[in-house]
Amino acid sequence: MVGSGPAVTVILPGVLQRLFPGSVRRVELRAASVADAIAGLDARWPGMRDRICDSRPAIRRHMNVFVDGERAALDAPLREGSTVVVLTAVSGG
Amino acid sequence: MATRILLLIGTKKGAFIFESSDGRRTWDLRGPFCETWPINHVIGDPAAGTIWAGGGNEWFGPAVWRSDDLGATWSHSSQGLAYAAGEEPIRAVWSLAPAPRGDGALYAGVEPAGLFRSDDRGATWSHVPGLREHPSRAHWQPGGGGLILHSLVRHPDDDRQLWVAISTAGAFHSADGGATWEPRNHGTRCDFLPEEQRYPEFGQCVHCLVAAPGMPDRLYQQNHCGMYRSDDGGRHWQSIEDGLPSSFGFPAAAHPRDPNTLYLLPLNGDAVGRTVPDGACAVWRTRDAGASWQDLRDGLPQRNVFFGVLRQAMATDVLEPAGVYFGTGSGELYASADEGESWRRIAEHLPTVLSVETLVLED
Repeated sequence: MVGSGPAVTVILPGVLQRLFPGSVRRVELRAASVADAIAGLDARWPGMRDRICDSRPAIRRHMNVFVDGERAALDAPLREGSTVVVLTAVSGG
Repeated sequence: MATRILLLIGTKKGAFIFESSDGRRTWDLRGPFCETWPINHVIGDPAAGTIWAGGGNEWFGPAVWRSDDLGATWSHSSQGLAYAAGEEPIRAVWSLAPAPRGDGALYAGVEPAGLFRSDDRGATWSHVPGLREHPSRAHWQPGGGGLILHSLVRHPDDDRQLWVAISTAGAFHSADGGATWEPRNHGTRCDFLPEEQRYPEFGQCVHCLVAAPGMPDRLYQQNHCGMYRSDDGGRHWQSIEDGLPSSFGFPAAAHPRDPNTLYLLPLNGDAVGRTVPDGACAVWRTRDAGASWQDLRDGLPQRNVFFGVLRQAMATDVLEPAGVYFGTGSGELYASADEGESWRRIAEHLPTVLSVETLVLED
């Protein structure tokens, strides 16, 4: 596992995986914050950050990130063994 | 030499491609593409065979999709397609056009309104900041579709010149490749403002801006408040709505060769449903630059019709005679292979059609 910080697991939604051929549902990486974890995803699959975050920067309005079951923002800290779940919110028509 | 004619369709739920290889008699449908994202505009490069699709997804934001194999496979990017941190983020790409200087160079117009350029076939993007630095920007107001840059018109002979149209800010022109801009709205009205303020310098609700072929300074526009022609690059606009059933509509499509021929699809008005007038569908054509109009109905539904046609959802092809195409809010696609004289419905049950463009390929 590359990078620094606690070892965490990131779970990606299938609809996001479909946008990045070769991406996987369950990603193990090191990250000290949600922003770090998303940077790690972007390093593996360039462009993935733009799909999860906007340019404010913030997690997109209709995306959600949960850390160990709690909805989290980009600056939320991660600890060893954290599970980061990326989800699409109810949206659309 | 075989000719392949592709219709590039943006819809609320993905891009679609119709293709005819028998002279526009039959059409095969492929799609939906782009993961069923809302796709506002799809364009093709006939030299390279590349197709780009611009849109935005509620979950994932804006992106430009690209296919190098006529739709078989797609990739997407929004790298650089962003305003500075702290500004309102970009929601969607609304318009695409080839940009000068370089194969595969592109412009993209976005919501909230701004202009971007790619010099690597859509892989990365950079902001063209001059437009949003215009002093009028603080007064730009979103129309019903949002604050969108929906029309991009290049000068055919002068790479430095570009027109854009923004709802609701008006038409703007740059003579220096996008570094500086000036409003080009004189003569177009704002019926939604107090009477003494109806002809402002900017703030018009332009619905669609197109260029006439072979006359670089001739432009046409369908506005929220009237139809107009300019013969001086948009410095002055003249109403051409006399003879039309209303002053309201969304799309305009220029003929591929005749600068005096224009196609419009007037709707009944902004307060009465924005559907075709009298429940009967007609494309209206001028052959004399807007002095007179002819309604074209042969093959179009004439009873109990309550659809509209959106601003980017009508196009012509470059064949002889020219084809004319439009897609409806109710997911139907109509085609004429004889300059609008007769029509056929070539698809129904599509998602809401947001845009139609044509791509003609010679094998």
